[in-house]
Amino acid sequence: MRRYIDFYLAAMKISILQDFQYAVAQLFYMIGMLVEPIIYLVVWSTVARQMGGSVGGYTPGTFATYYIVWTLVRNMNIVFTPYGWEWRIKQGQLSMELMRPIHPIHSDVAMLAGMKVVMIAIWLPVAAFLTLFFKPEWNVTWLEILVFFFAIWGAYLIRTMLLSMLGLITFWTTRVSAIFELYFGLELILSGRLVPMSLMPVWVQNLSVYLPFKWTFFFPIETLAGNMSPAELLSGLGMQVVWILLGLLGLNLLWKVALKEYSAVGG
Amino acid sequence: MPFSITISKLSKHYKVPEREAGLKASIASLFNRKYKTVRAVDEISFNIEPGEVVGFLGPNGAGKTTTLKMLSGLLQPTSGALQVMGFNPSKRPYEYLRQVTLVMGNRNQLAWDLPALDSFELQRAIYGIPSEQYKKTRDEFIDLLELKDLINKPIRNLSLGERMKMEIVGALLHQPKVLFLDEPTIGLDVTMQRRIRTFVADYNQRYGATVLLTSHYMADVEALCKRVIVIHHGKLLFDGELAGLVEKFSAYKTVGVTVADARADLSRFGNVVAQDGARISLRVPKAEASKVTSKLLSELQVDDLTVEDPPIDEVIDHIFTAESVAG
Repeated sequence: MRRYIDFYLAAMKISILQDFQYAVAQLFYMIGMLVEPIIYLVVWSTVARQMGGSVGGYTPGTFATYYIVWTLVRNMNIVFTPYGWEWRIKQGQLSMELMRPIHPIHSDVAMLAGMKVVMIAIWLPVAAFLTLFFKPEWNVTWLEILVFFFAIWGAYLIRTMLLSMLGLITFWTTRVSAIFELYFGLELILSGRLVPMSLMPVWVQNLSVYLPFKWTFFFPIETLAGNMSPAELLSGLGMQVVWILLGLLGLNLLWKVALKEYSAVGG
Repeated sequence: MPFSITISKLSKHYKVPEREAGLKASIASLFNRKYKTVRAVDEISFNIEPGEVVGFLGPNGAGKTTTLKMLSGLLQPTSGALQVMGFNPSKRPYEYLRQVTLVMGNRNQLAWDLPALDSFELQRAIYGIPSEQYKKTRDEFIDLLELKDLINKPIRNLSLGERMKMEIVGALLHQPKVLFLDEPTIGLDVTMQRRIRTFVADYNQRYGATVLLTSHYMADVEALCKRVIVIHHGKLLFDGELAGLVEKFSAYKTVGVTVADARADLSRFGNVVAQDGARISLRVPKAEASKVTSKLLSELQVDDLTVEDPPIDEVIDHIFTAESVAG
């Protein structure tokens, strides 16, 4: 355990140092990422005003809250994508990582966790600007803040497991973009990334409860932006734990099979 | 003493799709895909003693890197058995990965934007190296490779040779007992190649490490390896001392002769391959070398005469070319 803590601290430090080297680039990257939520926010705020002030219980103020928290959650659940797996296999980087006495997933989790420290530092002024501009309605309790803290890391881990499993497909073939795109399409609709889940048809909402996507976007956003009861907050965290454990199990099983297929094509 | 590396009838076969060029063949392959089996490594066997430095030679595509990848646990063999320090690399146990290293001349594992010292610190954490041992080994390697002035520069600002030296330090910080070196000097100038060779030799002496080295630079092999294993088309061609390789595969000897009359025509004695004033080099079939030297001495006024094996590069080239023709 001590070895892992030592590794995580060292890897996160390296990641922070690297990302600070390119802090300005990271800022522009984040500004680029703002386009998506701002479009959603403007569209839904306009719809809410035209519907007499609210739609599905969301006012322009609560939409602003939702999409400002969205920007942080989106940054927090950036993980190593299947495209990254494809790249590192082709470049031969994965072979070098496989020679280490530590699972490459630990490296991914630690490196991207370090990056998030830098992202949060950059996000704070961006969020302040968005708050001034879009006037969100905040109604937050200490419990919600505490749950949000765990929920964003939970979302990060669930997404890591899911996208790593998808990434492992590249052990069989290095041309699987179509499958990845299908995944991202499903995630867009069923996670709350495109629109709050409560605005989706009831059958979609019901379906989303049994799938992992909602727990990576809508749940962490709503812990801060919504009005969830303590029971809903805790059961949401419980669902995240379930998906993390299922992801771990799936990843472990798939990893064992995938390693036998690894052909180290890139070196 | 048990062997450090044992390989027995090791094979790696790949099934690769095969189709002819053109749209018609492309559409047909959607419904009836054809495959062929490529025998990248085909039933090779050898043992390596602890502390041995062995050159692993072969032309591109011979199966060297595939063998190294199986030994390092990256690839699963199709058949056969292999053991390294008593471990089965395919199972990738922690204790095994902790004691080996794979250095590939064209791959980097140090963080591009940071000074090497930061990456070394990550290596320390990955391998769980005790702090004292880490500092001692790191400083020792930095001294040996004369890197002191470079350790605070980002890797991206270093030359290829400097980067390679840093990569080697990073790869050996955990003091591995087995080194798989795949073209570690590729693309480097001769000075840098020599520096790295000396370092590898020194590491082998100091830590008694077993080294399996592939290189297209015969100078690396001559400087480091007494024993060589030659592989071609996935099959083992030779396993023995470097001198034995020349003895077995060289069809020629080089006769160097310094004659009193520089204008003398020596083509009747053999193939004149070089002439520098009165010094002439002749290539003659090995079986005729003694006859030719006697003839030279009896028919010409000879000031100096030497009989040498051809350079190792030439021998290797001859083996691979002959095998390609045969294969």
